[in-house]
Order: sequence, then structure tokens, then C-alpha cells
Amino acid sequence: MEKGVAYDNDMNLKATELRLGLPGTDESQKECSSFVKSNKRSSEEMDSSCNEEECAPAPKALVVGWPPVRSYRKNVLQQQQKKSDSDVSGMYVKVSMDGAPYLRKIDIKVYKNYPDLLIALENMFKCSMGVYSEREGYNGSEYAPTYEDKDGDWMLVGDVPWDMFVTSCKRLRIMKGSEAKGLGCQ
Amino acid sequence: MQTDPNGTNPKKSKDSPSNSANTESTQLPSPFPDEVLEKVLSFLNSDKDRSSVSLVCKDWYNAERWTRTKLFIGNCYSVSPEIVARRFSKIKSVTLKGKPRFSDFNLVPQNWGADVHYWLTMFANVYPFLEELRLKRMTVSDESLELLATAFPGFRALSLMSCDGFSTDGLKAIATHCRNLTELDIQDTDIDDFSGGWLSCFPENFGSLEVLNFASLDSEVNFDALERLVSRCRSLRVLKVNKSITLVQLQRLLLRAPQLMELGTGSFQEELLLGQFGDLGNAFGNCKNLQTLSGLWEVTSIYLPVLYAACASLTFLNLSYAALRSVEFGNLLAHCPNLRRIWVLDTVEDKGLEAVGSSCPLLEELRVFPADPYDQNLHRGVTESGFVAVSRGCSKLHYVLYFCWQMTNAAVATIVQNCPNFTHFRLCIMNPGRPDYLTNEPMDEAFGAVVKTCTKLQRLSVSGLLTDLTFEYIGKYAKNLETLSVAFAGSSDRAMQFVLEGCPKLRKLEIRDCPFGNAALLSGLEKYETMRSRAKKGCPTFCSHSLIACKKDFSDFAEDRPPRCFGRVGLSN
Repeated sequence: MEKGVAYDNDMNLKATELRLGLPGTDESQKECSSFVKSNKRSSEEMDSSCNEEECAPAPKALVVGWPPVRSYRKNVLQQQQKKSDSDVSGMYVKVSMDGAPYLRKIDIKVYKNYPDLLIALENMFKCSMGVYSEREGYNGSEYAPTYEDKDGDWMLVGDVPWDMFVTSCKRLRIMKGSEAKGLGCQ
Repeated sequence: MQTDPNGTNPKKSKDSPSNSANTESTQLPSPFPDEVLEKVLSFLNSDKDRSSVSLVCKDWYNAERWTRTKLFIGNCYSVSPEIVARRFSKIKSVTLKGKPRFSDFNLVPQNWGADVHYWLTMFANVYPFLEELRLKRMTVSDESLELLATAFPGFRALSLMSCDGFSTDGLKAIATHCRNLTELDIQDTDIDDFSGGWLSCFPENFGSLEVLNFASLDSEVNFDALERLVSRCRSLRVLKVNKSITLVQLQRLLLRAPQLMELGTGSFQEELLLGQFGDLGNAFGNCKNLQTLSGLWEVTSIYLPVLYAACASLTFLNLSYAALRSVEFGNLLAHCPNLRRIWVLDTVEDKGLEAVGSSCPLLEELRVFPADPYDQNLHRGVTESGFVAVSRGCSKLHYVLYFCWQMTNAAVATIVQNCPNFTHFRLCIMNPGRPDYLTNEPMDEAFGAVVKTCTKLQRLSVSGLLTDLTFEYIGKYAKNLETLSVAFAGSSDRAMQFVLEGCPKLRKLEIRDCPFGNAALLSGLEKYETMRSRAKKGCPTFCSHSLIACKKDFSDFAEDRPPRCFGRVGLSN
């Protein structure tokens, strides 16, 4: 049986590929379609965890009964994930950018630190936000990232430790640099 | 094993039928009468030993069958209830397994079979003093449970693992009628859960439970009834509650049952007041005998410290439903120096596994489950480095089940060098046919290293991109292998031939989506007598013809027919 997986090609392109994902994560999604079947049970899971905008070009179809995880266990974990997705703030958050016609949504738990997040946002919105400094904020940049926290206040991204940010961020807004000037002063 | 340990022929007892094997030999008197032989054999518990004993001669066969009290049937279609009833008369405990393991992964059609009812009606006639019934992957109806509850006055222990077909109404019958129940153990079971009212059906004077596991049921039970039940059952050693039980309720249960050895908590997510937090910690501290801890659904890390006081004696920590991160997991492990077995989700990542390597030197078994098995784009979880880290710190490790997205041949070679004593090596690289992600080569050398180094290997699950070379290695080196699971692997029929010809102890073979045809699978036909073999329909050329051909050799098949897509051959027991 032909294991026609083009891993070599993938490896060469990987370095230049622009994706929203953790740096260094592997991407090998192009499986031989002869053993890929659709899994009717997976549709809910796909909706909640696969954001079409961020998927690699060929979204994977799933194989029945694979990986071999007991269906009881899968059901329990799926339920838990759904609950945690809706309960805990700081997972999928809306991102708006001043002047953009529609919002986006990202999962901030995917990122390990602020630079990761900022690069992702810059790529997503094709804008530049520059470098954060405690004194100046993002002064001098075209745009500045801000977020709404649990208390409903609009905060500058970067002030608090990353972990704290992840749990308190409810939504993001990429503000025009000129408007954000006021936020940079502490 | 056909040896006569005494070197003399056993006497022909006047009670036993004529012994054709002895007609040619001199009939020397046996050194001991039948009653003594039976008495001696009644101490034998292992099935393997009993099978061996029954093959010695007719007298021993009879003495064995008259003294066997525990029946183990690994494949309910391998033998018919009638034959069992004719052979054994004193059975008190039955273990029956039904559907192939593939049914756990939704690969078996709904009405496939493995219904226990026919067996139960036979048992009601022949073994009315039945005490224990343990079922795995069988279909059990409420009617069956009612029969069980009413037809066997001495019934004590019921264990249902991965079973289906019944509802909480059936459990009501068990609770109501089984006066001497010591064990009610329901695991991984997806049933019609109408309400938790079944628990209230235990009579108010009933107090014999030692094991109560209703963790996989969803409905809320009457907590007062549960608390009273737990108070009455002074011998309760295993208590696994379901998610409806809150932390505050758990604390009260622990106060009633500090003698518990195995605890499955309820939901671990709740807003606790400071005082309640302290009370819970104290309640755990009272449990000095706790060896197993599981449950911990929806656990939030701030509450984990309440467990610490009970962790010193823990040998088995089952966190496979608790999505812990590496830091809180590491903190918990620091309090559990005696762990032998850990089941965990891959949310702990490699860092968490490094903590395992450094905190758990006595570890023998590790299972890492994927929190998100379809998480194909983000690929979080564990990698080969986590596995290597565990192997460095845990030299006693001999059982592993590891789900990951990437692996290398070099890592596996290092792992087995650190831990050469693997008896169970189950590696699941979750994208089918994935090669070594660093070298792009097949994973043949990884499994080659496993079988060459781990001479005690009994069970192997392979994954990743594999050629026939893997199977050549297996056939050449895995001389103690009993169970092999293969998926999306191999290049040709030769692969199966290597295995079937090379592994003398192979008993169970699971194949899916592999290019093995009839020729390969039939080449080991004589092997099938000692093997339970399950082939999934994905094998493109494996058709029902060969199933029928195999089936003809085994006249012990029960009345039911296995469906076309599975090649099932029976065990002659």
C-alpha cells in the first residue's frame, strides 16, 4: 500500500510558511486519502476547535475509530472541553481592529507569551504594533493592542504577567496608535 | 503440559468413565484417592494451571472440572453455554468478555451481539449458587439484571465494564434484591441514566458493600441515602462517586469512611469557603489507607492541595479525566513518592512528565491519554522528550500507553535502553503512518529496538510509518509476545507471515487498515487454535470466505454468527 505522504515537500516549505501557531510545532496534515474516512461523531468537535481561518490549507478528514481512545473517555473529555470553553474567560476571544469591517476570534491559550501573541495579531491583521515598553507602551507604532479585562476595563496588553493576562482577558481590540497614546502613560 | 508428576499412572477410579489413554498401560493404584486429588486441585486458582491440569489424563480432567469454581471466558463466542454447563458443575464466579476491543472505538456495529441473557438463563438453571459476575464489552439488558437479582440468592459481586444495553432501572433491581451484595462496579459504561434513584433502593439495613463504583453514571443520586449507605458499610474499601457529588459532600463521605483504599472523587470544581477548604484537607488527611485516587473531574488547581495529606500512601493516581497543567501536576507528584501507576492527560506536557521522572522512582506503569484526540492543527500534548524523561527517572517502568503526535527512532531506542523490562509497550502516534519526524524514516527501528531489548514483552501496539521490517523484527525477537495491535502499517503479506510464524505465544491479534490478504492471515491457521484474532474490515482483501474456512475448524462455535467484517476465530477452552 502506498504511503504517499509528501513529508519531504512539507519540511522544505515549513520554514517559510506563515501560520498562526506555536513556533516549532510540526505540521504534517497531508495524509494519504485512501484510509481517511469521515467520522460522523466529530462534527461538534470540529466546530469548537477548528477555526477555519487558522487551519492549514488542507483541513484533515478524520479516520473512524482513530486514535484508539475509548468512546466513553472521548465523550467525557469533549463535554469537559465544551464546559471549560464556555466557562473560563481567556480562551477564545474576539479581536477587533479599528477600521476593519469584521472581527476575528483567536484562542489565546495557544500562545506561550506576549511576543507570540503580538506576532500572530500582526500577521492576522497585517498591521505593525512594534515593541512594548513599560514606560512608553507601544508609542510610535501604528497600532497598539488593548484588551478588556474581567472588570470591564480597557488595559494595555503587556503590563501584567502573561498567565494573569490569559485568565483575565475577555476580548482584544487593536487600537490606532494615535488613540492609544493616552493608555501608555502610567 | 502433559507430564505426570508422580511418574506413575493415576488409578482408574470406579467413578470415572473408562480412560482410553490408559488402556495400554499397566493400571497401577494411584498413590492417593480421588478425593485427595480434588482437594489438592481445589487450591488451583489460575486458569492456565487448570487448563494444563485438565490435559494430563481423564481422571485429572474430571477432578479439575468438578473442582473449578471460577470460570473465565475471554471470548463469549468461543464456547457455548451448553458445553460449559455440561463440563462444570460448581461454578461460583464467572468472567465473560464479549465484543472485540474495536468496539471501544466505535468500530463495531450496534447490534453485533455478545448478549449475556442466554448465558444467564443457563446459569440460573445450572449454577443457582453463582456469586460473582464480571462482564466486559457485553450487552446486558434490564431484564438480564432483574434475572440476576432474583435468580441467585447468594449473589454478591457485579462488575460491568464497557457494557451497554441496560438502564438505571436494572440497577434498581440489583440494589433492591441482592441482600448480600459486596460489589457493584460499573465502569466506562454508557447507559440510559434515567435517574439516580437506584441508589435509594438499597434497603436501610443493608450494609455489606465493599466496592461501590458509579462514577460513569451521570444522574444525581440522593446524597442522604448515599451518606447513610456509606456509614452502614463498615467494610467499604472502594468508593467511586459520580460528578454529581460536590466537594462538600465528598468531605462528609470521607468522614464516614476513612478506611477507604480506593477513592474516586466527584466534581472538583466548586467555590469553597476557606473553612470548607480546611475541612476537606483534614478529611483527606484522615484517610491513611488510600492507595488509589481517581475522578477529579473539572479540577481547578487551587484545590489540589487538599489532596496532599492523603498522598503519601498512594500507589495509583488516575488523573485521566483531569486536565492538569505541568506545574500543578508536578506539585502534586512531589507529595506522592510511592506511586507505582500513573494515568494522566497530555495536558501536563513534557514538563509534567519530567516531574514524573524526578518524583516517582518506583513507577511501574504510565498511561498518557490525549485530551484532544482530534486536535490536529495545534498538536499540543506530549512528545518524545517527555517519554525519554520518564524512562530516565523510572527504571522500573514496564507498562506504558503513550499517545503523542511525534516520535523518533532514536528516542524509543533510548527509552528501552533505560527501561529494558517492558512487558506492555503501547505507543500510539496519532497521525496514521507518521514517520520519524526528524529523519523522515519509518519507525521500524524503534519497534525493532523494543523487541530486541525487551525480552519479556507480552503486549505491543505499533504505530507510525512501518514497513514489513518491523514485523520481521517482531517475528524474530518477540518470543514472549501474546498480544499485537497493528494499524495502518506494513507493506505486504510478508509482514503477517513473519509474525505468525515467529511468535509462538501470540494469542491476540488486532489488525485494521493494513494491506494483509487472505494468504497472510491463513498462513498461520494452525496458530488460530491458540489465538483470538480480530481483523477489521479495512484490510482490503480480507473477505468473509476465509472466515468461513477458519470457522469450520472450530465446532465449538455458539449459535450466533459474527458479522462479516470481522475475522473471528475461537479459543478452544
